[in-house]
Amino acid sequence: MIEVEDIYFIYPSGVEALKGISLTIQNGEFIAIMGQNGAGKTTLVKHFNGLLKPAKGKVLIDRVETTKVSVATLARNVGFVFQNPDHQLFSETVEDEITFALRNFGFKENIIKKRVTWALNLLGLTQYRKTSPFMLSGGERKRVALASVLAWNPKILILDEPTIGQDYQQKEKLRQFILQMKTQRKTTIIVTHDVEFVAECNPRVLLMQDGKIVADGEARKVLTSPGVLTQASIVPPQVAQIFLQLPDLELPKNVIDIYEAQKILLNSLEKKAK
Amino acid sequence: MAVIETKKLTYVYPGGTKPSITDVSVKIEKGEFTLITGPSGCGKTTLCRCFNGLIPHFYQGELKGEITVTGLNIVEHPIYELAKHVGLVFQNPENQLFALSVEKDVAFGLENLGVSREEMRKKVDWALNLTGIYDLRERAPHELSGGQQQRVAIASVLAMQPGVIILDEPTSFLDPLSAKKIFEVIHELNRNLGITVVLVEHRLDLTARYSDHIIIMDEGKVILDGETREILRSEEARLVGIGIPKATRLYQILRKDGVKLGNTIPLSSDEMATLLREAFKA
Repeated sequence: MIEVEDIYFIYPSGVEALKGISLTIQNGEFIAIMGQNGAGKTTLVKHFNGLLKPAKGKVLIDRVETTKVSVATLARNVGFVFQNPDHQLFSETVEDEITFALRNFGFKENIIKKRVTWALNLLGLTQYRKTSPFMLSGGERKRVALASVLAWNPKILILDEPTIGQDYQQKEKLRQFILQMKTQRKTTIIVTHDVEFVAECNPRVLLMQDGKIVADGEARKVLTSPGVLTQASIVPPQVAQIFLQLPDLELPKNVIDIYEAQKILLNSLEKKAK
Repeated sequence: MAVIETKKLTYVYPGGTKPSITDVSVKIEKGEFTLITGPSGCGKTTLCRCFNGLIPHFYQGELKGEITVTGLNIVEHPIYELAKHVGLVFQNPENQLFALSVEKDVAFGLENLGVSREEMRKKVDWALNLTGIYDLRERAPHELSGGQQQRVAIASVLAMQPGVIILDEPTSFLDPLSAKKIFEVIHELNRNLGITVVLVEHRLDLTARYSDHIIIMDEGKVILDGETREILRSEEARLVGIGIPKATRLYQILRKDGVKLGNTIPLSSDEMATLLREAFKA
């Protein structure tokens, strides 16, 4: 469980990035943090693994304050995948990259082997086992960074912009994986601009603006509220946009899923025909 | 007239064991807005690197087949010469900007071409105005937001007044509203100035509506190539895991359910909303 109690954060440059944030994230929740560039999204999630400590207020991970433990200790439970994989990758082969943290955490060799094989397979990287990460495409490097964190099986997973450079199939795999995390009562937190991906997953959305949380709720509610979205520089997903443009047809609001849209439209057209 | 034409283009990166692109033959016409898409690692970025001569001049490796850009054989012409005709905008503007002020960044390419001061002033102001960042000209690029930085990167390319602009996922680091604004700027440059645009993008939801032409790649090969609406109409696009726009997808599934919707396949929510309104009126 993550508990955030009225935190503030100021960068050395004087920029006040977080201005009084409070929230609770239960085990097994899937959260998407959205909002304009510079709204404080990455600053907030860096507090969850202790990379940043609040200037005021408290962050507790499983009831332990982040200021009381080292980042290394927190890392065992809180895995963090950065936005830019090049800030994270350094090994000569993809396999070495994934093995590195497992060795650091003191896993046994036979377990390391199994975990590496599992992670490579999950992220479609098996063919690149012996390849240098720097030979891969941007999207593939991003998946190597993700594999290296998933391999140690953290309880809380934080992914900063996980869908950048990923195609439709990779995004679908990521969605399935996050659902699996949920069934294991593990928490996934993504920071993302990808409204279509969020619409497909329907997580709890935290909408940030100017260092504050301005909306907190189910994606289908938050992503269909044009006022608050525009202020936070978010465009509603395409299905929602269609419904928002037809207010006079008396269709339900809060529709973001394409198959739900299909059902609703078929029903309404049928009723109208009678 | 084709601005970019490749015939059986095949390329292997240095130290690579298999080609990143194989037998690619495409034609991009002057003034077209072309979208290049396909699964991650399919060779889209590699193909774009050929369009402005980064391949083979910078990356080296082994290039076979033919490629001409604005009539020039890229193998015979150095990058700085090609840069007058073809501008490239990267995914992350951080990798492209370096000067102390926005203005200096935008002027950099022109300085390298030895353009006169007066001429440079004119071109820089023109590019700053078109991208809506004239008021930011004295600011330091690293202090700007991601969306503003990407506008600076586009302005730097525009200042050279190239006939062709290539953009490789130019908005993936931007929030949705900033991304939309960038695509609108690019679309206007294409419509109003006739600049040929080649856009590499996964997110067809955001971009299909602007394009005339779509090229879909997989495993280094071109698998679909044609007019955007025509290609998206075909089921094949789905089979290779292309995330077609939700509005287009909704149209397809409703038509399959027997709903009578107009014949023009929609590429955006606006177009789909219009079709639905008609269906409800009927």
